[in-house]
Amino acid sequence: MYDVIIIGAGVVGAHIARALSRYRLRILLLDKATDVGDGTTKANTAIVHAGYDAKPGSNKARLNVAGNALFEQVCGELDVEFDRCGTYVVGVSEEDRATLEDLYRRGRQNGIRGLSLVGGPEMRSREPGITESVTGALFAATGGLVDPFALCYAAAENAVGNGAELLLETEVQGFLREDDAVVGVRTNRGEFRSRWTVISAGVHADDLMRAAGLDGFTITPRKGEYFVLDRAARAQVRNVLFPCPTPVSKGILVTPTIHGNVMLGPTATDIDDKENLSTTPEGLNEVLTGALKLIPGLESRQIIRSFTGLRASGSTGDFMIDAPKERPGLLILAGIESPGLTASPAIALEVVEMLREAGLELQERAEYVPLRRGIPRFSQLSPAEQEALIARDPRYGRIICRCETVTEGEVVAACHGAIPARTYDALKRRTRVGTGRCQGGFDLPLVLEIMARELGLSPLEITQKGGASNIVVRRTKEVAE
Amino acid sequence: MRSLTCDVLVIGSGPAGLAAAYEAKKHGAEDVLLLERNDELGGILQQCIHTGFGVREFGEDLSGPEYAWRWIARARSADLRVLSETMVLGVDHSRRVVASSRALGLVEILPRALVLAMGCRERPRGALAIPGSRPAGVFTAGTAQRLVNIEGYMPGERYVILGSGDIGMIMARRLTLEGAQVVAVCEILPYISGLRRNLVQCIRDFDIPLHLCTTVTEVRGRDRVESVIVSRVDEQWRPIAGTRQEIPCDTLLLSVGLVPENELTRMAGATIDPATGGPVVDEGHGTDVPGIFAAGNVVHVYDLVDDVSAAARIAGRSAGRYVRQGAPEAGQRIRLRAGENVRAVVPQILGLAALEEGPVVLQFRARHPVEGPVRAELVMGEGAGARVLLSRRHRYVRPAEMVTMSLPPALAAELAAAGDSARDLAVRIIE
Repeated sequence: MYDVIIIGAGVVGAHIARALSRYRLRILLLDKATDVGDGTTKANTAIVHAGYDAKPGSNKARLNVAGNALFEQVCGELDVEFDRCGTYVVGVSEEDRATLEDLYRRGRQNGIRGLSLVGGPEMRSREPGITESVTGALFAATGGLVDPFALCYAAAENAVGNGAELLLETEVQGFLREDDAVVGVRTNRGEFRSRWTVISAGVHADDLMRAAGLDGFTITPRKGEYFVLDRAARAQVRNVLFPCPTPVSKGILVTPTIHGNVMLGPTATDIDDKENLSTTPEGLNEVLTGALKLIPGLESRQIIRSFTGLRASGSTGDFMIDAPKERPGLLILAGIESPGLTASPAIALEVVEMLREAGLELQERAEYVPLRRGIPRFSQLSPAEQEALIARDPRYGRIICRCETVTEGEVVAACHGAIPARTYDALKRRTRVGTGRCQGGFDLPLVLEIMARELGLSPLEITQKGGASNIVVRRTKEVAE
Repeated sequence: MRSLTCDVLVIGSGPAGLAAAYEAKKHGAEDVLLLERNDELGGILQQCIHTGFGVREFGEDLSGPEYAWRWIARARSADLRVLSETMVLGVDHSRRVVASSRALGLVEILPRALVLAMGCRERPRGALAIPGSRPAGVFTAGTAQRLVNIEGYMPGERYVILGSGDIGMIMARRLTLEGAQVVAVCEILPYISGLRRNLVQCIRDFDIPLHLCTTVTEVRGRDRVESVIVSRVDEQWRPIAGTRQEIPCDTLLLSVGLVPENELTRMAGATIDPATGGPVVDEGHGTDVPGIFAAGNVVHVYDLVDDVSAAARIAGRSAGRYVRQGAPEAGQRIRLRAGENVRAVVPQILGLAALEEGPVVLQFRARHPVEGPVRAELVMGEGAGARVLLSRRHRYVRPAEMVTMSLPPALAAELAAAGDSARDLAVRIIE
């Protein structure tokens, strides 16, 4: 019997598990994927938003601002890189000037500090590669950059370290009910009973609500396509640059990533299929065209990858955070689209308070450890630190990924972490192996060998992302029947 | 941090590194150190188990590992120092190199001359931005080659190969011999991008369908590749509506070009030629950073390994001489440009003093093929008024096959006499 089951180990679910793990509770975090953060968390714009664009009074506005303020603390505790570099919304016409002023006013209403309007010439000096038609910009000093997967993984790992249980490849097929109340879940791995069940299932939240007999809220997956550019593109891009927003999206932005690449995107296209993560010629073309409007000097030959993420766009336009009276024991988080990443630490705290008010007894555990240390990141260390690390474990001296300077030591550590990397993609997200300009061309055979050795598997069993995504299919000299 | 010194440091022990190190030693460098990131010397040659290597260098048709072993034996006999399983992390303009290895930890190396011989790498899927899903089963041809030939694993059973580069064509044959099916090789251009001999020996001899003016416009599949969509393209490489065709397969191999590996070159502060992707070099394959030389595929991508070795000898010789005598007197320097139907010229800089000493070979590629008699010319000035200094007849030119032109030492006097008007020469290919 669990106290709380959390369905969905994305950045929101992971933060909830972590926030609850400070209390004497039995917690189960479930996800149908092979890794945490496998949905919207791993594929989004990776920006900690200041919060100037959400409608005043909305959950989005309140939790964006509250979440944003927590990032130094949370990322500090969890050993996650965070750069509060500030973000810009760029205007390129006279009409945009009015939009920027609106955003400024709205931001002030939402209680955001550090907002300023910047003139065109000043913007050009801050961002020399920007379009000549720039007329001004809104600078939000509290905006920042983070690696969303790293944040999710760190929070989940910290929750697990504090006693929460994590079950991956576990799909919820229905709810256990006693009259109106939800008393647990039915999964492909059996039934699990609990006092409380939290739905934090991204694009699938509405399906789960329906499975619990609740109608009236729908989620439309809104596709966003992106390009990632080589580190060399940083020479053209200094800042996080949004265009002026439209009603459906924040527009195609140009942004550095926390890891030193440049990212362009996203598009905003409503689709039906919640599994459709394909990129399209039209989408990718729109991304490039949009990005060039901000930074005309971007070069398409610096593209190293494209990807698609799905926003969990809810029918009310706001985050739904609700413990419906007609389903005691169920707490629902739905429609957590942008700024969900920014809001996630604040959502978790709010969920804890809701559960407390609903009668869940929260006794602090004396042994709770809020601190978590990640795998050492060789490329980010000083030469002295690198030397010390190699002296301790010589495997940190062997470079496996030349583009991102990732060592065998990091790969091994990720295979044996609290949430071990069991697939190539999981390893990639933990260590950045294969994410550079050669996109795994060099490291893949080496990683296959190390993963097989460390996980006690045959290279034939290593997959890219679980399921039937095997990387190699047979030994040579063995012709299939 | 441990600190080492040497006369010449060579980064990379593929065909270029081996030849450069050997030659540097032969030309006066006492203490030559060769760095290799793998446990074995030879670089990519070790996975190239097909033949076609060594005809020029050794007068024999060798496999890649055999070619490598010949050179490794030379290196051994020349008493070169070798550090394997060592990866260079950084280089600066004063030639200070920092490398990392399991055995030594971080090592600082301070050579009197440095030869960059990192080779080249393959363009990945991302560089093409092929739309669709992102399943397992998309590999560059070279990664697949390593998996098959070194690791002993097959990446799939039913392949589509995009691009007709040499590695792709060679892998088409290799995979067929391993019992897999290669159902299509697609090339966006109207002609193959690899060598004619590979088209004959690897594609035609095995009845593998080759589709020119065709590209992959979508990848499909959730976990593993399930099919690709191929489309014919127009002259601007745009897919032609109504030509989409779905080809079921479990693997997509990419053989869409090689890019010189020049991250270290950039760190060292050498100027990069956007046309080659490699450093701007002079006739001795010296970069514009004193004491730093570039050997083989880091300068521009060669089609034959024998030519890589030959080019690397030039760099090695220059490094040896630099250690012995310092920078040579350059004399008047001439800039060489790519003219009509020429993609890039190496070397980009020609010193007349060096030309006086001996012939200098220019290497360049045609932008587009001409299947008929053509002339490659070295010209001074522009357009119709250009003065032709040298003209060489060729039976044809193809982008896949490098064209060379040997400049005779006698030309040096003529260029010196021309003074300022000869500061800038162009190489062109005309019908």
